Amino acid sequence: MAQLICQNLSVGYDGKTVIHGLNFSVNSGDYLSIVGENGSGKSTLMKTILGLQPPVSGSISTGDGLKRNEIGYLPQQTVVQKDFPASVREIVLSGCQARCGSRPFYNKEEKNLASDSMKKMNIIPLAKHCYRELSGGQQQRVLLARALCATRKMLLLDEPVSGLDPKVTAEMYSLINKLNKKDGITVIMISHDISAAIHYSSHILHIGENIFYGTKDEYLKSPQGALFESTKGGVFYERNS
Amino acid sequence: MNEILEKLSLYWNYPFVRYALAVGVLIALCSSLLGVTLVLKRFSFIGDGLSHVAFGAMAIAAVMQITNEMPIVMVITIISAILLLRTGQNTKIKGDAAIAMISVGALAIGYLLMNIFSTSSNLSGDVCSTLFGSTSILTLSSVEVWLCVGMSILVVTLFVLFYNKIFAVTFDENFARATGTKAELYNLLIAVIIAIIIVLAMNLVGSLLISALVIFPALSAMRIFKSFRSVTVFSAILSVVCSLIGILVSVLAGTPVGSTIVAVQIFAFALSWIVGSIFVRCK
Repeated sequence: MAQLICQNLSVGYDGKTVIHGLNFSVNSGDYLSIVGENGSGKSTLMKTILGLQPPVSGSISTGDGLKRNEIGYLPQQTVVQKDFPASVREIVLSGCQARCGSRPFYNKEEKNLASDSMKKMNIIPLAKHCYRELSGGQQQRVLLARALCATRKMLLLDEPVSGLDPKVTAEMYSLINKLNKKDGITVIMISHDISAAIHYSSHILHIGENIFYGTKDEYLKSPQGALFESTKGGVFYERNS
Repeated sequence: MNEILEKLSLYWNYPFVRYALAVGVLIALCSSLLGVTLVLKRFSFIGDGLSHVAFGAMAIAAVMQITNEMPIVMVITIISAILLLRTGQNTKIKGDAAIAMISVGALAIGYLLMNIFSTSSNLSGDVCSTLFGSTSILTLSSVEVWLCVGMSILVVTLFVLFYNKIFAVTFDENFARATGTKAELYNLLIAVIIAIIIVLAMNLVGSLLISALVIFPALSAMRIFKSFRSVTVFSAILSVVCSLIGILVSVLAGTPVGSTIVAVQIFAFALSWIVGSIFVRCK
């Protein structure tokens, strides 16, 4: 039983379609990477899956006990957030908002959930710190903890490592991997980093002129994947040293 | 010093001074609450825009010779707030351009109406007092005071009840929407609350200076404090204190109420800036 099924899905904005006829399904415990060039429609696809904008045509359905608002989301950072006076705890707790419904305040269970999420992300010592004074990697972990408050089942990550240095990037990937393998959370990740996508994910969705969807092994044998294989991920570096 | 105290206790016997203080404190409290949200959502000028709309509405009320203009001004301002918010989401006219358009338009129409249909002999005095507040806070009737008290209680209650939701929508609207929070509804709520606050605050500082009342306490608090809750609480306290000082100074020195309060706010902002930078350097 699939958690997320996209059937004949076309997505776009302002009446312009960027991706046509997309068919794929995500099962519980999958690790799906969505790769493709800039402007190929990765972010638009993600927004459509999250229900922030309607699909142009086709359908997205959820199953296996997953509700549409139970998808945890790690967005790219906005300018507003960089200057936001809020403590880490306040931000993580705001991930529980959907659970509150119309109840105005958080209850004990939700506060515990926030603490658990912070523990998983190793940010308990930062709980009282101000979000805007943290490093890029710490901020990402805070937002990931918030996403964990919103879901137990599925995470959507929008370029989780953009702007992070190599060491922090590796830490971030291993955290996400642990959530996928140990906690059994389904991960859908938008990424520019094809080598990391191949290293960690179980399935790949390549968006471009030719759309590819399949497992990692199938991808490596496909024309798109073969292109990557031939360059071994180290794309077009000029070696003049 | 004794002289000042004597003068104050003398003024305290007049009900209009007590009214002015009570209303001033309430308005200051309400206006500071949403300041943080507006500053962070890059809506600092929505207060300015709406206050000009309120000025236009007041001119219409004056022309139609309605004696109690508060309800009609309130309705027109709330409607404009909702419209402004709508255009903010529409990409055809960007939010800041829409605000500029509506605010300047309303200001011009308001002045034009007042000029054409004015029955008053002191037109520029009327306009000036609507724009800069001047004495209107000292001439409040008890009906207006109670209306103000009621509205303030409403605003504070709404803010406290929806505090967590307002935080979520301010920090990350997309995340909130994706996880099933009705962001549009809360944006609407924010717009309505801010419209109510502006109409209330017109009595205190006049329509040109309202933005100061909304954004200065928030900006000052953001210099020093690190969490959303402490910023909100401190900006409310700071706003009340500044308004009290401002009103007392203006009563004693005979300066205009609105601009005195804003001057105190500016001073408090400078002070917070200094305290904030010393604190950061020490750390």
